[in-house]
Amino acid sequence: MFYGIDLSSRLMLGTAQYPSPEILKQAIAASGAEVITVSLRREGAEGVAFREILGACGCRILPNTAGCNSAREAVTTAQMARELFGTNWIKLEVIGHADTLQPDPFALVEAAQILCSEGFEVFPYTTEDLIVGEKLIEAGCGALMPWGAPIGSAQGLRNPDALRSMRAHFPDIPLVVDAGIGAPSQAAQAMEMGFDAVLLNTAVAKALDPVGMARAFGLAVEAGFSGHRSGLMHKRDMAVASTPVFGMAELA
Amino acid sequence: MSFSVLGAGVAGLCAATALTERGLDVEVVVPEGATPSVSMLAGGMLAPFCEGEAAPDEIVERGQMAVDWWSSRASSFVKRGTLVVAPPRDRAELDRFARATRSHVRVMPGEMEPELEGRFATGLFFAGEAHMDPREALASLRNILAARGVRFHAGQPAGRIIDCRGHAASGRLSDLRAVRGEMLVVDAPDVHLSRTVRLLHPRFPCYVVPRGAGRYMIGATMVESARSCAITARATMELLSAAYTLHPGFAEAEILETGAGLRPSFPDNIPAIRRHGTRLHVNGMYRHGFLMAPVLAEDLAQSLVQELYYGS
Repeated sequence: MFYGIDLSSRLMLGTAQYPSPEILKQAIAASGAEVITVSLRREGAEGVAFREILGACGCRILPNTAGCNSAREAVTTAQMARELFGTNWIKLEVIGHADTLQPDPFALVEAAQILCSEGFEVFPYTTEDLIVGEKLIEAGCGALMPWGAPIGSAQGLRNPDALRSMRAHFPDIPLVVDAGIGAPSQAAQAMEMGFDAVLLNTAVAKALDPVGMARAFGLAVEAGFSGHRSGLMHKRDMAVASTPVFGMAELA
Repeated sequence: MSFSVLGAGVAGLCAATALTERGLDVEVVVPEGATPSVSMLAGGMLAPFCEGEAAPDEIVERGQMAVDWWSSRASSFVKRGTLVVAPPRDRAELDRFARATRSHVRVMPGEMEPELEGRFATGLFFAGEAHMDPREALASLRNILAARGVRFHAGQPAGRIIDCRGHAASGRLSDLRAVRGEMLVVDAPDVHLSRTVRLLHPRFPCYVVPRGAGRYMIGATMVESARSCAITARATMELLSAAYTLHPGFAEAEILETGAGLRPSFPDNIPAIRRHGTRLHVNGMYRHGFLMAPVLAEDLAQSLVQELYYGS
């Protein structure tokens, strides 16, 4: 449940960098994603044609504040997004460093406080830091989006132990692993660890066949989710025979 | 039967050229006060193989004929291939580019362009590609057309309409959208590059096209927006910092010109001929204007000739 909304697909897709809107549309359909994120900072109000194409995809739109470097800029972009898309959902992204694209946790919390008080339903793009997570929840966020790895890096879950702690620390908060996912197996891994969803963009948009890759991610996320819900077995140090040893037929 | 080509950008002039080459009667109509053609802002690269990085095979396959088409019509045409490089830490971008494209070889960039020696360890060379000055190329087509007696005027079209007005035709083409692009022209006497060089970068990819006499065109941004204002500070910084990464000599360049335009684009980003009754549209050139305008022009001319002589 994300702010009261139940999603049957746990994959969220970014919409930048695709070869064409047509291929983007096909990729969304192939992935089964129900939520797509859209940037606004650069496109501005005049990006209406592209937004109309996205609107026609039938997905729930999660506008984002990608490209914002300060709390103020992010708040303004979020307000514009609400006006343009008619949704309270906002993926809050405040970048602290242009090169690493690492989130600025201080500006993030500040912007989250303002936006939550204005009735936004905020999905903050954050690190796996637990205290930052707590401050964001205190600010009113009902979901958190910890990074897997730096944006566009395809490194997957760079710090799985910290992500596991985060999952354990916030058992009832929807957590979405956002950024850094490069392969379907990495998305499946996040879902197996009990995350509620995975958000990615580049791995699909820049694949040689974006539609094929979108399908692969859709399947992987479903597999990981289903695997987690069905109860994964724990690792053991020793072999355990899968065939029962007791009660075997005596053949001689 | 005569034909009225609307618009004198690359789509219109190529269409008029192909039609007159088949002996058809053509006029070119450009209304007074029409916005200058965005073709004037193009890079002038004829790079069908590099475009395959994001474009479908149709562009790569069909675009190849444009290289020959322009070679006999534009005096600024230079066939020295395209060199693609990436900073050492973005090697993965180069590998991806290599996988997404064909007809290239791995090269030492310094062996192709001596001034890149020591700056880039590896690159891709696309020998089959060319470049030219788009403004010269368009002027040459106008001269060719004028010499064939084609009239350019701003009055009422007299013949069957071939609408090549780019974004101005969006009222008739509901799925035509604008993709904003920004570029710069610099005078960089310290830089000596003899061919188009593309710098791959995960955030600010750019290309540099030599215009001759120390001048270079640096392009181009791609923004899903119909905003038509002048180049933004962000785009200027991105393009120049990319150019500077390519060659530090660009730091002292004189900025001669900046430009921003709207690429007319269909949802699949593939240029196309559309028939609306008797009106024919050649549009959606996206970033493939100089590459695909000759292709569509030849398609158009051939189908019109067939229609005229054998019926539709």
